[in-house]
Amino acid sequence: MAQNYYQKEIETMSAEEMRKLQSEKLVKQVKHVYENVAYYRNLMDEKGVKPEDIKGIEDLHKLPFLTKADLRDAYPYGLLAKPLSDCVRIQSTSGTTGRRVVAFYTQNDIDLWEDCCARAVVAAGGTNEDVCQVAYGYGLFTGGAGLNGGSHKVGCLTLPMSSGNTERQIQFMMDLNATILCCTPSYAAYIGETLKEQGYKPEDIPLKAGIFGAEPWTEEMRHGIEEVLGIKAYDIYGLTETTGPGVAFECSEQTGMHINEDHFYAEIIDPDTGEVLPEGSKGELVFTSLDKEAFPLLRYRTRDICVLTREKCSCGRTLVKMAKPMGRTDDMLIIRGVNVFPSQIETVLLNEGYQPNYQIVVDRVKNTDTFEVNVEMLPEQFTDKVGDILAMEKSLANAMKTMLGINPSVHLVAPKSITRSEGKAVRVIDKRKLV
Amino acid sequence: MAIKQLTVFVENKQGAVGSITETLSKKNINLRALSIAETQDFGILRLIVDDVETAGKLLSEEGFLTKITEVVGVKIGDAPGKLAGALKVLGENKINMEYLYAFMARTEKHAYVVIRVEDNNKAETALESAGYHIITDADIAKLCANS
Repeated sequence: MAQNYYQKEIETMSAEEMRKLQSEKLVKQVKHVYENVAYYRNLMDEKGVKPEDIKGIEDLHKLPFLTKADLRDAYPYGLLAKPLSDCVRIQSTSGTTGRRVVAFYTQNDIDLWEDCCARAVVAAGGTNEDVCQVAYGYGLFTGGAGLNGGSHKVGCLTLPMSSGNTERQIQFMMDLNATILCCTPSYAAYIGETLKEQGYKPEDIPLKAGIFGAEPWTEEMRHGIEEVLGIKAYDIYGLTETTGPGVAFECSEQTGMHINEDHFYAEIIDPDTGEVLPEGSKGELVFTSLDKEAFPLLRYRTRDICVLTREKCSCGRTLVKMAKPMGRTDDMLIIRGVNVFPSQIETVLLNEGYQPNYQIVVDRVKNTDTFEVNVEMLPEQFTDKVGDILAMEKSLANAMKTMLGINPSVHLVAPKSITRSEGKAVRVIDKRKLV
Repeated sequence: MAIKQLTVFVENKQGAVGSITETLSKKNINLRALSIAETQDFGILRLIVDDVETAGKLLSEEGFLTKITEVVGVKIGDAPGKLAGALKVLGENKINMEYLYAFMARTEKHAYVVIRVEDNNKAETALESAGYHIITDADIAKLCANS
């Protein structure tokens, strides 16, 4: 298959050239931050690092880390590196885990971001012949704005649907022959379920590709979505703090996401010691922006656990690849002393013939953790016999125990009864007050 | 010949059964019999109604998980020992019951028993050979109309 690139020179650049480009950009970016962001200047001064000490990528490890806590402390303007008069946009996180993070953009920052998303659209096979349905939320959330911009740059006919109103999504998809769908994987699965319920077969659906991100999903979930919609499903990664979706994107090989490393330099560190780990090690992903103007972040700790690789990719891109995050250092639940990643629960459900529609509820009663998993039953699994349903719950609980090492209490619930907000499923409810 | 039972999954939430019956009453669905099997977390509501297809559709549209199950309906005399007699027939024929519930008709001196077994035909044949009257969906509709 002939490969298309949005910015071929960058996307297929040799490793040496890339490192040279990154080093040049880093020196400028550090200088820009040190001169304009008092908050980070103080962190550097405390560590005794001056901008002159950073001569290239090899010196990056000398710089202090930024964490989500720093972003909250500095809210709203503390990390801003440009006067507000130069900024044209803000985007923000959902704020579900605390104070919102607000990110600022100059026009150049927006262009850079949209270029990143355009690379993702082209890697998913997008051209100016395509009709791209963007069903990520529009507004403060970066999903809608990012893919909307990327789709425009590629020249696709863009359907700015935003999330929700599934009936209308389906109507536009079918009437206007949408060929690319962009949304969260859980919403893609939901649209797929709904289309199936309405009697649509994969071959009736005009879509050929989907770009799905903003929440963790597994390979099994990918296969489910690909099957029900009759498409190829591509992963996309990003976070509001660094810019939004498009920090990394998947190509036709579907074995990890190429990081747009001409704009975002990736490191993997040991989350406990902060030490940089060699290529191929599993650890926390850290990003350094290389040419952002308004909201540059140096060594931002993402809390995503993943692995980087530079193995040759069949798509011809030389950009470093990140594996799908295996969990988050802060999403990881410790239940009765055992580490539990929601993705493990998802894997069990798919193996056992369930849809990955579940919710984990953790609480602490009389100093012991309770661990419940609510799982949506498929209509065909429902029976009039209590014993059968209890047996299904028991068998799921056993499968989860084998995977996790601890025994959850599994409850089957009615289809579509687990809360979905903005198309983003609420997977974990931790009621424990441990602080 | 078996009769159709509407089975509904009920989450252990306040007002769940109430909202099911309310949905049915709005469309004039008449309940003939009802039984709930409950566990700590969920219940299974089993209903005998005059229009099972419409009732099932209405509840599905409201987001309830429903299923239509075929069960055996038997007419028995309304007197001590009559249920025991019918169950003895099943026992003698080695037919296992999953569950049963019963209801009365206001205008008749009879009771009706709804029985869930694995093999409806076998149970019906056994009961009929012993002289019991097996009821049909048409009988249920009539019973609903009379009351």
